[in-house]
Amino acid sequence: MNLTVNGVDTSIESAPLTSLLDVLREELGITSPKAGCEQGGCGTCTVLVDGEPRRSCLTPVAAIDGSAITTVEGLGSPEDMAPIQQAFTHHYAAQCGFCTSGMMMAAQAYIDRGGTDDHEAIQEALGGHVCRCTGYVKIIDAVAATARGESFDVTVTAAGTSMTNLGGVA
Amino acid sequence: MASEVLVPSSPAEAVELFGDGAETTVVGGGTIVVADISYGRLDPGRVLLLSHAGLDGVSVDGDTVTIGATTPINALLALEEHAAALAACARNLADYEIRGQGTVGGNLCVGANYDAPRGDLQGCLLALDAQVRSAGADGERTEPLEDFLTHRHGRLVLDVSFERPAASAFVALEYPHTHEYTVIAVTGARAADGTTRLAATGVAGPGARLRSAEALASDPAAAGAAAVGDVSFADDALASAWYREQTLPVLVRRVLSQLEESS
Repeated sequence: MNLTVNGVDTSIESAPLTSLLDVLREELGITSPKAGCEQGGCGTCTVLVDGEPRRSCLTPVAAIDGSAITTVEGLGSPEDMAPIQQAFTHHYAAQCGFCTSGMMMAAQAYIDRGGTDDHEAIQEALGGHVCRCTGYVKIIDAVAATARGESFDVTVTAAGTSMTNLGGVA
Repeated sequence: MASEVLVPSSPAEAVELFGDGAETTVVGGGTIVVADISYGRLDPGRVLLLSHAGLDGVSVDGDTVTIGATTPINALLALEEHAAALAACARNLADYEIRGQGTVGGNLCVGANYDAPRGDLQGCLLALDAQVRSAGADGERTEPLEDFLTHRHGRLVLDVSFERPAASAFVALEYPHTHEYTVIAVTGARAADGTTRLAATGVAGPGARLRSAEALASDPAAAGAAAVGDVSFADDALASAWYREQTLPVLVRRVLSQLEESS
């Protein structure tokens, strides 16, 4: 089987019923999709399959043989973040961070299909994603900002964003 | 792990590989089966993956709507003008991603014995008097969904169809929670000749007709009271049987009043 993962053609050796989540994390070492509930209820494992957000924990890899997969790693890099990543950083939309990858992939898909900054529409689009820090307000603010086309000058170093911004508090 | 994983590339190949269905686990979108495998509830031997079988798609021919087995739930949202209740039921089901992945056929085949109800579409499609076309040991057959639900084992769903109703309405219990499971829901459909069909999801077992309530459809209060005698109620992680029994009459009344408004 073959997948194009974040633009790179990749041969897959896992057994056909292996979940896409396990293929990404265990075979390919891509760890942004998280193993949360592993039954589709929490949203942390969400990735884009041919542009559509999917629960990687519920997707047998054989069912998507030949597809293009995008994870957070494929959105942008620390030096060149995608607008949704800039907005999450600027709005402090990540707290513990466990839900953030899934939230960003669902948000990116929402933006890609022409989503607006309407808060109810954003809540509907992110309805399958649980943030146990309950940081929903800032997450919705970040998605709304991205939907309005806003971008942010966020400086990130290898040591992380917060250390740079807080200047010396470490 | 499965000993054999088959990925048919056409409906005919899917039917042939399914055969009599013995020892075969069918995977539509994977939203139910893959979780069962991950949690050790299911150890499938022979697996039929329908992802490339070409069994998806919705077609409308006059007043007849036909939905392929592997059509994702979110495709039903576009059927608003044909059956408002079905679009509302689909919109109420889980979340955006699950609706894009879960299939209509899988929803009709999912069994009971979970800690929360599954099969949201069953009640809605019962009310719409849907017909199920399936394949299995004695070949292909088309039968009412109500019959299909009593003997689903060993059948491969090919498609489900219904006649466009004059009016239809769907009401689910509002249940704010982090999960998206439907606790209990009622659908009503009124045919052009004025007959009303009512069915519930989330009572006990698969979706169920509310026959006594149908006979009293012109009197919503009486219909609601009668409905509790049509079904049994399950205790599960979402609600007690007692709570469901108190709720069902309310939902029946709401559905009937919505039907009245839209007829």
